[in-house]
Amino acid sequence: MKHDGRFGRYGGCYVPEILVPALEQLEAAFLEAEEDPQFGAELQELLATYAGRPTPLTRCRNLAAGTPARIYLKREDLLHGGAHKTNQVLAQGLLAKRMGKRRLIAETGAGQHGVATALAGALFGLETEIYMGADDVERQQLNVFRMELMGARVIPVTGGGRTLKDAVNEALRDWTASFPETHYLLGTAAGPHPFPTMVRQFQRVIGREARAQTLEVEGRLPDSVVACVGGGSNAIGMFSDFVPDEDVALIGVEAAGKGLNGHEHGATILRGSHGILHGTETLVLQDSDGQVADSWSISAGLDYPAVGPEHAHLKETGRASYVGVEDGDALAAFQALAQTEGIIPAFESAHALAHALELAEAATEETVIVVNLSGRGDKDMAQAVKLLKGAEA
Amino acid sequence: MSRYEEMFLRLHQRAEGAFGGFLMLGDPDVATSAALLDALVEGGADMMEVGIAFSDPVADGPVIQAAAERALGAGVRVDDCFGLIAQFRAKHPAVPVGILTYANLLAARGRERFMTDAAAAGADSILVADVPSLEAEPYAAAARAAGLDYVMIAAPNTPEPVIRRIAELSSGYTYCVARAGVTGTRDRLALDHDQLFGLLREAGAPPPVLGFGISTPDQVGEALASGAAGVIAGSALVRLGADADGLRELVLAMKAATALPGSQEEQHGRFA
Repeated sequence: MKHDGRFGRYGGCYVPEILVPALEQLEAAFLEAEEDPQFGAELQELLATYAGRPTPLTRCRNLAAGTPARIYLKREDLLHGGAHKTNQVLAQGLLAKRMGKRRLIAETGAGQHGVATALAGALFGLETEIYMGADDVERQQLNVFRMELMGARVIPVTGGGRTLKDAVNEALRDWTASFPETHYLLGTAAGPHPFPTMVRQFQRVIGREARAQTLEVEGRLPDSVVACVGGGSNAIGMFSDFVPDEDVALIGVEAAGKGLNGHEHGATILRGSHGILHGTETLVLQDSDGQVADSWSISAGLDYPAVGPEHAHLKETGRASYVGVEDGDALAAFQALAQTEGIIPAFESAHALAHALELAEAATEETVIVVNLSGRGDKDMAQAVKLLKGAEA
Repeated sequence: MSRYEEMFLRLHQRAEGAFGGFLMLGDPDVATSAALLDALVEGGADMMEVGIAFSDPVADGPVIQAAAERALGAGVRVDDCFGLIAQFRAKHPAVPVGILTYANLLAARGRERFMTDAAAAGADSILVADVPSLEAEPYAAAARAAGLDYVMIAAPNTPEPVIRRIAELSSGYTYCVARAGVTGTRDRLALDHDQLFGLLREAGAPPPVLGFGISTPDQVGEALASGAAGVIAGSALVRLGADADGLRELVLAMKAATALPGSQEEQHGRFA
C-alpha cells in the first residue's frame, strides 16, 4: 500500500491477509486514475450527460418562512438514480473496467446501493451480483425487481441478522475468493482502505458544486452545512471542500431512531465506542465484549452500526459536530418539505432537513444553511403510507 | 522452549506431522464445548485452535459462522471462553492452544488486556483473522509482551515482502491457507504450496501449518507430503456438532494420516 488510510487514529485496513492484494490493486488503480486526465474526462462526461450534474442548489421559498434563516437544498435527489450514490458507482464502475474486472458485487440494505450498482453494471457491461439480507429482500421486493430489471442478480443473505451488515460480511467473503475477476463496489465511505478515501473523492463533487453555488447566489459561504450520516458518504462528499473554511459549521445528522437513550437507533458517533468493523477502525455500536449491535432507523440508509472513519476523526478533532434526529422528527420534516416546497425527500435526507429546521427556528439573526438533499423519497412511499395513514387511522 | 517448539520437536522425533483441531469455544454451549475439546485430545490432536466467537466473522465460511452464531446465541461471553481455556489447560498441560478471533473483540477489551487474559488462561498463541501484516505490528508486540506467540496467515498469493514480515513478527507456527476464500471444507485441495513453503523456509518463518479446506485423512497426507509441518482441520470437525464420539473417530483417522514417509523426514527436520 502507498498510504495507510488513516484519519487520525481511525481508518486502516483490517481484512484477512488474502484480501490485501485486492485492496493494493484497487489503491494503485485509484491513484493512477486520479492522475489520468482521460479517466477524469470520461467520468466528467458521464456525470454531466448520464447522471445530470451539476445538480441545482434550490432556495426553500416557504419552509423556513418567518425565521431569519435561508435554507438551500443541494439537489442530489435530482441525480439519475434518485440519490447521490450514482456519483460514485459511475466512478467505481469505470475503475473496475480499467482494472479489467468482469464482475461487480455489492452489498445493499433497503436496495438503494444495489440499484445504483445495477445501473453501473448495465452501463459498463459487467456481470452484477448484489448481496442483500434475506429479511430486506422480503421487505423490498420493488427494489429487488429494479435490480433484476437492470440485469443484476440478487443473492439473499441468510446468515447473522439477515440485514445490511450481514450483506457486507457476505460480499467481503465472496471477494476474498473472487477478486481476480471481481470488483467489490462498496456503497459508502467506510470499509478498508482505500474505500473511505476513494468514495470521498468520488463524492466530493457535491460539496465542490454546493460551495461555488452558494458563493454565487449569496456572495458568501454558508454558516452551516448539514448532511445525514449513515455510513457517511453523502456527508463526507458534502463536507470535504468546506473543511478548510473554518467559519462554516459542518453538522452530521445521525438517526436517533426511537430515542438515543434506548437501543433502537443508528447513532454510531453519538452512542458508539471505539472498534473495528468491516475493515476499518472507527466507532461501532456494540456490547462490552465487542459483539456488534443491531442498529435501527425508519431510514434504511442510516441503519448501520458503524460509520466511515473520517467522520469519527472529524468528530474527534471537533471540525464537524454530530447530532441525532428521531424517527418522528424526520417524518415531520419529510411532510413539511413535501407540503411547503413540493419536494419529497428520502427519509435519510429528511433527518438532515429536520435539523436544519431546528437551526432555522432557533436563529436570532440572518443565517444561511445548506442541506444535502441526498436522495428523493419515491423509494420510501410504501413505508410513508404505512406510517402516515396508519397514524391517522 | 514454548509448547509449540516442544510439540514440533516431539513429533519430529516420531516422524509425524502435527494435527491441529479447530473448535468454536462455547459451541453449542459451555459444558458441551468442554467435552468436545477433550474428545479432540482423546482422538490424538497435537494442537488446538479455538475460536472466540465474533458477531461478524468475515473470514469464515458457513459452517464456522453457524458455530459462532450458536455460541453467541447460547450467551457465551469472552470470559466464558477464557474459562474454557483455563479448564482445558489444567487437564492437558502439554497441548498447545491457539486462539483464533477478530480484532473488534481485542479493541473492546483493550488489546493488551485481551492478550494478558488469554495468556493467564493458558493460551499459547493468538491469530487475529482480520489483522493483516500491514496492521500487525502493535498486535505482535502486545502478544509478545503478554508471553503469547503471535500467529500470522500466509497464502499462495502472499508476496515476498509480506513473507519477510511474517518471519519478523510471528512465532509459534505460520497458518498457511490452502486457497483463496474463507474457511470451509473442499473436495479437493489445490496444492500449490511448494513455493510458499520454500519462501517461508528461506525467510526463517515459523513452521507452516496448513488450514482451510482440510477435511479428510487423504488431504492430511497430501498436505504433509507437500511440505507442511502440520495441518489444522476446522469445518470438517465443527460440522459434526455435539457428536463427541464421531469427533474422536474423525480425529483418530486424520491423526493416523500424519505419519511421514521416510523421504519427507529430512524436509521436516528443517522446521523442527
